Amino acid sequence: MSAENDPAQRVAIGISFGNSYSSIGYTTGEGRAEVIANEDGDRQIPSILSYVEGEELHGGQAKTQFVRNAKNTVAYFRDFLGQDFKSIDASPCHESAHPVEHESTIAFKVKDNADKENEVTVSEITTRHLKRLRNSATYYLGKEVNAAVITVPTNFSDAQKEALNKAAKEAGLEVLQFINEPVAAVLAYDARPEAKLADKIIVVADLGGTRSDVAVVASRGGIYSILATLHDYEVTGLKLDQVLIDYFAKEFLKKHKSASDPREDARGLAKLKLECEAVKKALSIGTSASFSVESLVGGIDYTATINRTRYDLLGNKLFSAFSRLVLHAIEKAQLDPLDITEVILAGGNAHTPKIASTIQNAFPETTTVLAPSTSTTAINPSELSVRGASIQASLIQEFELEDIEQSTHPMVTVTPHLSHAVGVLCISGDESNGIFHAIVDAETPLPVRRTAIISTPREGGDVLIKLAEGLRHIKVTKPEPKPKKEKDEDDEDDSDDDESDEEEELREKTWKVSNVLSQAAIKGVKKGGKVEVQINVGADLGVNAIYREVGAKGGVRGIIAGGKAANGSA
Amino acid sequence: MASASVQINLPLPVLPAGWTAEKDFKPIGHLSHATDRNIEPVGPHFLAHARRKRHKRTFSEDDRIQAQANVKKIEDDDEGEISEPEDPLMLQREAKDWKGQDHYAVLGITRYRWRATEDQIKRAHRKKVLKHHPDKKAAKGGTEDDQFFKCIQKATEVLLDPVKRKQFDSVDEAADVEPPTKSETKKGNFYKLWGKVFDAEGRFSNKQPVPKLGNEKSNKEDVENFYNFWYNFDSWRTFEYLDEDVPDDNENRDQKRHVERKNQNARRKKKTEDTARLRKLVDDCLALDERIKLFRQQENAHKNKRRLEKEAEQKRIAEDAAKAKEEEAKLQAEKEAAEKAQKAEGKKAKEAAKNAAKKNKRVIRGAVKDANYFHGAGDAPASQIDSALNDVDALITKLDNEEIAALTAKLNGAKGADAIKQVYQDEVKQLIGAGKLKEGELKSLS
Repeated sequence: MSAENDPAQRVAIGISFGNSYSSIGYTTGEGRAEVIANEDGDRQIPSILSYVEGEELHGGQAKTQFVRNAKNTVAYFRDFLGQDFKSIDASPCHESAHPVEHESTIAFKVKDNADKENEVTVSEITTRHLKRLRNSATYYLGKEVNAAVITVPTNFSDAQKEALNKAAKEAGLEVLQFINEPVAAVLAYDARPEAKLADKIIVVADLGGTRSDVAVVASRGGIYSILATLHDYEVTGLKLDQVLIDYFAKEFLKKHKSASDPREDARGLAKLKLECEAVKKALSIGTSASFSVESLVGGIDYTATINRTRYDLLGNKLFSAFSRLVLHAIEKAQLDPLDITEVILAGGNAHTPKIASTIQNAFPETTTVLAPSTSTTAINPSELSVRGASIQASLIQEFELEDIEQSTHPMVTVTPHLSHAVGVLCISGDESNGIFHAIVDAETPLPVRRTAIISTPREGGDVLIKLAEGLRHIKVTKPEPKPKKEKDEDDEDDSDDDESDEEEELREKTWKVSNVLSQAAIKGVKKGGKVEVQINVGADLGVNAIYREVGAKGGVRGIIAGGKAANGSA
Repeated sequence: MASASVQINLPLPVLPAGWTAEKDFKPIGHLSHATDRNIEPVGPHFLAHARRKRHKRTFSEDDRIQAQANVKKIEDDDEGEISEPEDPLMLQREAKDWKGQDHYAVLGITRYRWRATEDQIKRAHRKKVLKHHPDKKAAKGGTEDDQFFKCIQKATEVLLDPVKRKQFDSVDEAADVEPPTKSETKKGNFYKLWGKVFDAEGRFSNKQPVPKLGNEKSNKEDVENFYNFWYNFDSWRTFEYLDEDVPDDNENRDQKRHVERKNQNARRKKKTEDTARLRKLVDDCLALDERIKLFRQQENAHKNKRRLEKEAEQKRIAEDAAKAKEEEAKLQAEKEAAEKAQKAEGKKAKEAAKNAAKKNKRVIRGAVKDANYFHGAGDAPASQIDSALNDVDALITKLDNEEIAALTAKLNGAKGADAIKQVYQDEVKQLIGAGKLKEGELKSLS
């Protein structure tokens, strides 16, 4: 199949391959990313395969097999790819086919054909899963899909990527690129036509089924650098389900005193699990949801309702753990919540309104939390990474594979990042200091070119342009004791949150001038004129600055040598 | 990228009096060191970054090159449709003769022909309409001649209807590429000349993509695949376009059926002819294809190589066997000679030993006499002599040649009757010890 390597014949899709759910997407002719629904109409396709008498079930159909055919149902296998048997955490697979060691890799013992039990390796399972995804995309698009961009977590090792690449190749998919899930989410937002190019720091919190990943991403002129990542396998969606499972099991036992605990019965537990996940999803949309399982245990049908407040109370611990996780990641990046421009909530659990509001409370008002419940323009959090992957796929599908490899080579991707912001000093109340205004933010990859337009004194004349490095500083001011009382009352009304007794501090982001780089003068600026400043910072830390009056000829140019001289003097 | 522009509303400070610098710029400090980080290879802006970094362009260079590339693309698009000159004869065509017109020429897209996309046809149509609209002509003061305009409409109608377009493409001779003759092929580049022919013929294939003729480096599999494809060519070519006009219903029905049948037959005939033509074409090409010969040679060479190898192997085995045989014979001869020599030597030695033994025995027997037949002093009685001699003889029979030699040496060393007797007694004792004699068997020597 030489067509596979021919960029002209390529039909590329984006795949988000998760432990719990996978999705597939493509980019339309107009450049909009669309998520493809599979034959069952699911856009979130459970990453589950089940074998019933030799027949392979996939996705939602396989998921229902948890109840009756758990032993031959393979789930939560993504993280096992390319791993050692010793290093995997098999606990999510407790209620499905268990992983076993198999010739230095991991396999599942399932009856995948007729009556024989086979050991199917995890890469084979992945291949089958990807094949089904590929078929769904092929049916939908009407064209043979042969290439994909696949998202992976940031801590996916090269061995895991290699294994996934191999599995994808077996499934007939040429992997154009692996991209990191958080970056895919950022890209999904930035690729919207209404998105504006701005320098910002974004926190992507991906709250998945078996794991939660938080990444702090600096977006500078559309180029993304990951500043810190955090992974957690405890604060997860499955734990949220567990909270509901426990609640309903207890309620059930209260009602049916003689019945046995459904959690101790494999089928009962599977039924509870499936229903609780559905209830959780329903509670993200409506304020109350009904729980109903036929023959939960011992032939007893059970129906109940739960409202969102109850759920919020039950999951409170986990919700605050989520927000702590996010804050911890910011700490790891040595930043302050004030530095964060946006928080993108991704993953299925980001639908939960309480999670979004908890996180919004942990951040100042300047920070936007992009989740369905806090922002009307938010994209469906479950579809973020697949959208990002589809966009990337459409961007690179015409390139030769070799070209892509070269572009993603460390030679190209490793770049120096500014450690401090560079900006100009503007006039302020007290003239001696001036107020720092950043033109190029810290953590901007070099080389960079930025322009700023600055106003001049009203009467015009000669102006001084001081270029300087600025340090971000968090100013903390304690509020007056009077408003504090009110706040305390408010807090009590609000909720029983942990920090009700703590003093509310007023935090502000300010700049401190650390190092003046240069001075320049522009003479004879017209009344009401403006000055344009263009800064080019090279990879060698050399700065090339151009100052000129808007609409006027000439201007001032200057070069600040960079590189070793800077280190020597520092 | 450069669009990232910051607006700052706070005014700049006024230049302090007395501030001067060369060219109004004074560098003071340096940037503090940078941290190396991985940027994520994702998104359009990263692609721009990678482009700059890989081609070592600066921002402004990259902007310029990208802008140029974009401009060129737009120009190309425009050029495609307008640059074809219109044949004045074509402009005078009558619309009713539409069957004879070259629709692509009418629309000015002869460079694309069957490759033209629907979009190209639409745009070409629009362009032509703008130019040849009868109202425009009338406005210019010309006649109200709308014949060519009708031709344009007809051409568009045919080309935008997939079925009709296929019918027209089937008989579009202008798109055909004449196969080169044998002598032409010999002179020119086979792959270039024939490649064009097959590219043109490939447009009739139901199966797409059509395999390429390739070049001299193509492997056997590809070449075979290519010829197999063309020998089993699945063509959609039809010849309906050349049908005779079928009379209307209101005329004679028989006549109509007759014409229809005639058309059917004509189509079938043409199709058969076309298939035969294509087959001959592929035959010709195959006959001229150097690669086929090359592959055959290679195969033969391969076979020959195997055969030669086999033969060489057999020869080697035979040689080895002969050599082994020779060696064996040689060894045998050597062995025999050695044996012979040994035998002769053995005989000699045996004789010598015999002689020595005889001599020794004589010495031993003589020694008995020297020892006075083991009789103390004085003349030994006859019986003593007899028994002593008998005993010594018995002793000799018990001894082998070497022992006899040793005994002789000892006896030669011994002087006096007692010493001699002692030697004999020792010998007897030794023999008794070895179990060859019984004690008391040789009385005179005990």
